[in-house]
Order: sequence, then structure tokens, then C-alpha cells
Amino acid sequence: MTKTMWALGCALALSLLGSTVAQAQTTLRMMWYSDGNEGEVMADLLKRFEDKNKDIKVVLDNAPFKAITETLPVQLASGQGPDIARITDMGGLAPFLLDLRPHLKDAATFEKNYGPFLEWMRVPGNTTAIPGYMTQLTVTGPFVNKTLFEQAGVPMPGPKATWEEWAKALKTVADKVKAPFPLALDRSGHRFFGLAVSQGAKVVDAKGEPAVVDEGFKRAAQLIVDWHKSGVMSKELWGSVSGAAYRGANEEFKNAQVVMYVSGSWQIAQFDKTVGDAFDWVAVPTPCGPANCSGMPGGAGLVGIKATKNPAEVARLLEWLASDEVVSEFYSRTLFVPGNLSVAKKGVAYPSAKPQAAAALKVFGEAVAAIDPAAYKIQGWTNSRIVFNAAISRIGQAVSGETTLDEAYKRIESDVAQQIAERAKKQ
Amino acid sequence: MTANHRNAGTTRPAAHRNRQHRSPEPMTSPAPSAAPVRARFAPFERLGLALVRLFDPPMRAVQRLVGVGRMPYVFLLPNALFFGVFVFLPIGINIVFSVTGGTALFPSQRPYVGGQQYAYLLDCGSYLEPATCREDHFWRGVANTLKFTIFQMIAMVLFSLAAALVLNRPIRGRGFFRAVFFFPVLLSPVVVALIWKWILQRDGLLNAVLTTAGGEKILFFVDPGWAMFWSVFVSVWAHMGFYTLILLAGLQAIPRDIYEAAEMDGTRPWRTLVRITLPLLWPNLLVVLVLVLIRSVQVFDEVFVLTGGGPGTATMMIVQYIYTTAFANQVQNFGLAAAASVLLGLVLFGLTLLQLYFTRRKAA
Repeated sequence: MTKTMWALGCALALSLLGSTVAQAQTTLRMMWYSDGNEGEVMADLLKRFEDKNKDIKVVLDNAPFKAITETLPVQLASGQGPDIARITDMGGLAPFLLDLRPHLKDAATFEKNYGPFLEWMRVPGNTTAIPGYMTQLTVTGPFVNKTLFEQAGVPMPGPKATWEEWAKALKTVADKVKAPFPLALDRSGHRFFGLAVSQGAKVVDAKGEPAVVDEGFKRAAQLIVDWHKSGVMSKELWGSVSGAAYRGANEEFKNAQVVMYVSGSWQIAQFDKTVGDAFDWVAVPTPCGPANCSGMPGGAGLVGIKATKNPAEVARLLEWLASDEVVSEFYSRTLFVPGNLSVAKKGVAYPSAKPQAAAALKVFGEAVAAIDPAAYKIQGWTNSRIVFNAAISRIGQAVSGETTLDEAYKRIESDVAQQIAERAKKQ
Repeated sequence: MTANHRNAGTTRPAAHRNRQHRSPEPMTSPAPSAAPVRARFAPFERLGLALVRLFDPPMRAVQRLVGVGRMPYVFLLPNALFFGVFVFLPIGINIVFSVTGGTALFPSQRPYVGGQQYAYLLDCGSYLEPATCREDHFWRGVANTLKFTIFQMIAMVLFSLAAALVLNRPIRGRGFFRAVFFFPVLLSPVVVALIWKWILQRDGLLNAVLTTAGGEKILFFVDPGWAMFWSVFVSVWAHMGFYTLILLAGLQAIPRDIYEAAEMDGTRPWRTLVRITLPLLWPNLLVVLVLVLIRSVQVFDEVFVLTGGGPGTATMMIVQYIYTTAFANQVQNFGLAAAASVLLGLVLFGLTLLQLYFTRRKAA
């Protein structure tokens, strides 16, 4: 008994000693959110990095996405926050991001691989900063429950079909198989613009000034409102919460209540796991509008934070994670569309994907090539998220019958103008 | 043995007598067991004494320093500090925020804009029509909160009064029912809202019952009327127990002999309620009324979790507007949100004064 106590005491003393030795390490905190299994994969990679770099310890803080969009900006504004974070609003947070360039071993390669996306992470006017790399490139696009189409005996529209053709087919299928959601579109401004771009929306004029409500935008908003009236879309997504609140239809799609779910490539890993082969789900090319057949690009970047006390270590970690070999393993295991140009060119193999997920990845890979320049421009614009939020909030009101679309257009323009003005107020 | 005793009386007067009889019993019965109880608490007692001994010398020194007359302030100081840091300081910071603009977090970096935020909030074509206001969301929040407050106040007072009256009767299992009505008060509002959300959603419990009974599914959160109804309902369900308890205490404070006199005069029950119970309960009812008013003007968490403020903005309350403006919007507009909270704070301050007035009058 006393012997074991002694042994325990010694072990405790040793471990305390060990931890004081470990204090010599630099600890980096990484704020992370997950849609699928990427958190596990990242944890695995970090372990490997720590084994190679004994002087750095990385703490992975898994946070809900809402914390990334709402809490992190406040933390950063107050000069606090993690050393590294995975973010989607790269333009909005650009002033708080660390420029890794002076600390990188090979800045040229980094720039070559992530070039077009680095622009999303820079403050307007800056052309040199390297704040981080893309953990994924995303593109919006539809998932279809093919089994429901087969049960209804309706042929699926082809690759160049328009939104209107799809809507008609979806309604027919849903009526036959009694599915409550013929078409479900995420309640998100970004997804709305996936539709609006194909209708010709431009958001920004040639001078870089906001010109949100144009003909294309109006066509898309009108489609959304009409679809809710005719029952192609259910009010449960767009018409049941207020403001810019996000609402997805993952659960409903998984339960085979949705015929077509317009979301994006980041859902593949999740559906691969949750739906599996319960029914036949396929990704299809984004339906076409009068302007093009484009979706909206997007993505999540892993970036260094300016307030960090250890910029060199942050750069060392990010350079390792962003290196071709490591990042392609990451893309491959997470079923992400690569956001690294040289990896994308070589192509990523997805050995862990089931046939359905692999097919979906192929479709989304092709969708990336079809992204219209206008969509890239909207996504890269600093104030795009202001526009996204105003659009979803006001069109949501129109969908629920609280206002008319004309009223909503006026409000969207004044909301955007007011918020941009507020953002510009400096001391 | 006592249980038998309790059931022995069949007629009311007998039971009454029994109760009087028994009352000295509990006082005498603990005596034999007191010694072991004291032994069990002995370590605590020793700990207490040690603490007293630890703090006694410094407190005596303080007393010598400030004098006995000022000692109460010394005891108030820690709490006053706490309130200062967590209540008064934030109120001050909030007011500073409300007269500044921009997106910077620290007041020192924010440009001064004067009353611009207030002017923006109050810029309306007509205060009765939110759509004519520049910041229509704020006014929709005001209108919704007003609607919610009126419905919730009426329902809350009526239901808790009814519950208190019933629970004040000598019914079987009274203690059990009192506990049951109070139970939801102990739950976190978020938990309450989530539970009701699961009941009310498309494939929820209530729709399952409806379809089993041969009805159609109702999408409660898509219809503005239903969404408001359920917000009020859930709020009443969750908080009713608290107000029932206050009213119950008030009912029990009404002297029995007045009722006995009324009974002797052959007064009908309704008349007893209207002429005796309600007038004597009125001071308590007023306190409950004002408390409910204050709580419902502040409502946020349960409605936010239940409906998310939707459909459209049909259940978006002022506090949700403030939260969204300050934190959830892309441009975190702290100035505008702070101005809205100052306005809300003024309303609440007025209501609190009203409550203090009634409480004081009741005490007098």
C-alpha cells in the first residue's frame, strides 16, 4: 500500500518535472470548426507536426461555426484571440490577419499555389500579404435524391437545364412521392447568390461601388418568392426565422424529405456518412439561368492572427500544413475540393469516399471550372457579406409575407448603404 | 402514527382541531436526536469558529479605524464594488457606446457622433407603422414586444391566479401539485424552449397527435399568429409557477376568520372571491403584474430559441434586435445597439420605479 503510494508520488513528481520542461515549448492555439471529419484529420496532422517540431505544441480548439462568425470578430477587435483560426469571412477579417511572408521559407511557392485566394484575405489595396492558405475551396451546387425521381417515374433534367425546368420537375416528383420539400435552398445569402449569379446579378459596378439590386438580382428574388407561393419551396427554411440566421436542410435531406437540396461541396463528407447508401443521392451541375450556369465559390482559410506573440512558429506550422504533400492528404481524407492550384492540377484521389461521394466530388470539381468571373468578383469583394445578410434578411421577410419585394429591394439598398457607411466611420 | 392521526379526522372542524393538537409535537420530537446531529455538524462548527477567529482581529482593527457607526458601510463595500463593476460601469460604458459610431471595439477608438444613433432609431414617418421607420427592425421589435407583453401579462396573471386559488384549496395531493406547477421555473429557459420546439416542429409530438387524430399537420413556426401564440404559451408555462407561489403566499396571509364570517353569512363563493379574496390579494397582484411586465419587456432567450424571431420578423423582440445589431450582423454596430439598449433601459427603469412604489405601498 505505502509502496504504491510512493510510486504514485514519484510518478506525480516526475510528471510535474516533465511538464515544467515542456513549458519551454511554444503553445499555439488554433480555433477550428468542422462540417464533417476535418477536425479529426487536422488533429492527426497536428500530432505529426508536433512529433517533428518538439518545440511547438498546438492546441486545437473546436468551436461551433457561430463562434467563428460572431465571437471571433469581437475577440480580434479587442486584440485577443487565437494564434490561428479557420475562417470563411476572409475579407471582413483581413485587417486582423498576420502577414506570414517575412517568416516563410518559400513564399514564392506559397503564392503560386494559393495566389487567387490570397486576394480574398487581403485588405483592399494590399497585393503582397500572405495571411494563410485554403483548407478547402467550395462551390455551391445541388444534391438530388435520385431515388425519389425513380419512384416518381420522372426523368431527371439534363446538365444544361434551367432553374425553371428543374423547379417544374421537382414539384412533379414531390407531389407524386409526397415529399414536403421539392426544392430546399440553404437560408443563406451566399447560396441565394448562387442562384442570383446565374440570373445575371453583379452586386458591384465597374467602379467598385455597390449596385446590388439589378435585373439579375430581381429575377432571382422573384423566383424565390414565386417558388414559395407555388409550393416548390417550403416556408420552413426561409420563412421561419428572422434576420440573417442560417438554416440548412441537412436533416430533411437525410430523411429523404427533400428532392433537391441546393447547398455546396462541403456537405459531401457529411452525406457520405449520414446518408451513405440509404438512397441514391447525386450531385448535379448547377441549373442555368439567362446569364450562366455558375454557382458561388467560397471556402475556408486557415489564417494566422496578427495579435499572435509567436509569428515565426505560426508561419512554420502553416507552411507545413499548406505544403503540397500534407494539404493533399488533408483534402483527400476530408473529401474537400482542393484550394491549392498545383494540387488541383495534379488531382486529388479520394480513396476513402464511397462511390456516391466520389461521383459528387467529380461533379463539384467540374463546377469549379464553370464558376463565372462575376461570382469570383462578388465573393472577393470586402462588403459581400453585408450584401448577403441584407438580401437574406429582407427576402426572408418578403417570403413570409411581411413585406413586398419592391419594399424589400429598397430596404436592401438602404441596409447595405448604412452598414458600409458605419464600417467607414473611423476616428 | 402521525399519518394515522392525520387521516383520523373526517369532518373539517375535527381536522382543524387535530392540527392544533399536533403542533407542539414536532417541536418536542427532535430533542432526543439533537445530540447526534450536533456531533455530525461538529467539524463545520469548528471550521466556522476558526473562520471567525481568522477574520476577527482584522475586522476589529477596521472598526477601530473607522468607528462603529461607519461599520455598516464596510460590510456594504464588497457588494457595492461588485455592483459597480458589473452593473454601473457597464451602464456607463453602454451610454458612451451609444454616442459613438463605427466598428471599433474600444471607446477610445470610436468617433463621437452625438445623438445620431438615437436620431436614426427614432426617425419614423409614423410610430404606429414600423414600415415607415428608417430602422424598421427596431420598431418591429417594439411592436412585437408590446404585443407579447400584453398577451403574456393577461394570460400569466389569469392562469397563475387560477392556479393559486386551486392550490390554496384543501385538495388531495396539494403539496405534489404545488411542486409540479413550480417545477418548470427551475428549468433553464433554453431547455424549455428546445423541449417545446421538439413538440411543435413539423415532425414533432403535437403534429403526431394531430395526424393520429385524423387532422392535418400544422407548421406552427411558419404562421405569424401561431408563432406568437406559442411564444406566449411557452413563456407562461415556464414562469407561471413563480407567480403562483407569490399569489399563494398572499392568499395564505388572508385571515381565515373573514372567510368563516362570510360563510356564516351564507355568502356565495363567487361573491367571496370578488369581495374578499381579490381585494385583499390586490397588493400582491399588483406586484405580480409589474414583475410580469418587466420580465416580458426583457424577453429574449426562450423566444429566440423557440422561433428564432420568425417567421419574417413576427416574433423578433427588442432584445433580439439589440443582440443581432451588435453581434450577429456583419457590421457589428455597437453604437446603434447601445442606443437601443439605453431606450429599453429607460422603459425598464420606469417600470421598476412603479414596482417599488407598489411594494412600498403594500408594506405601508
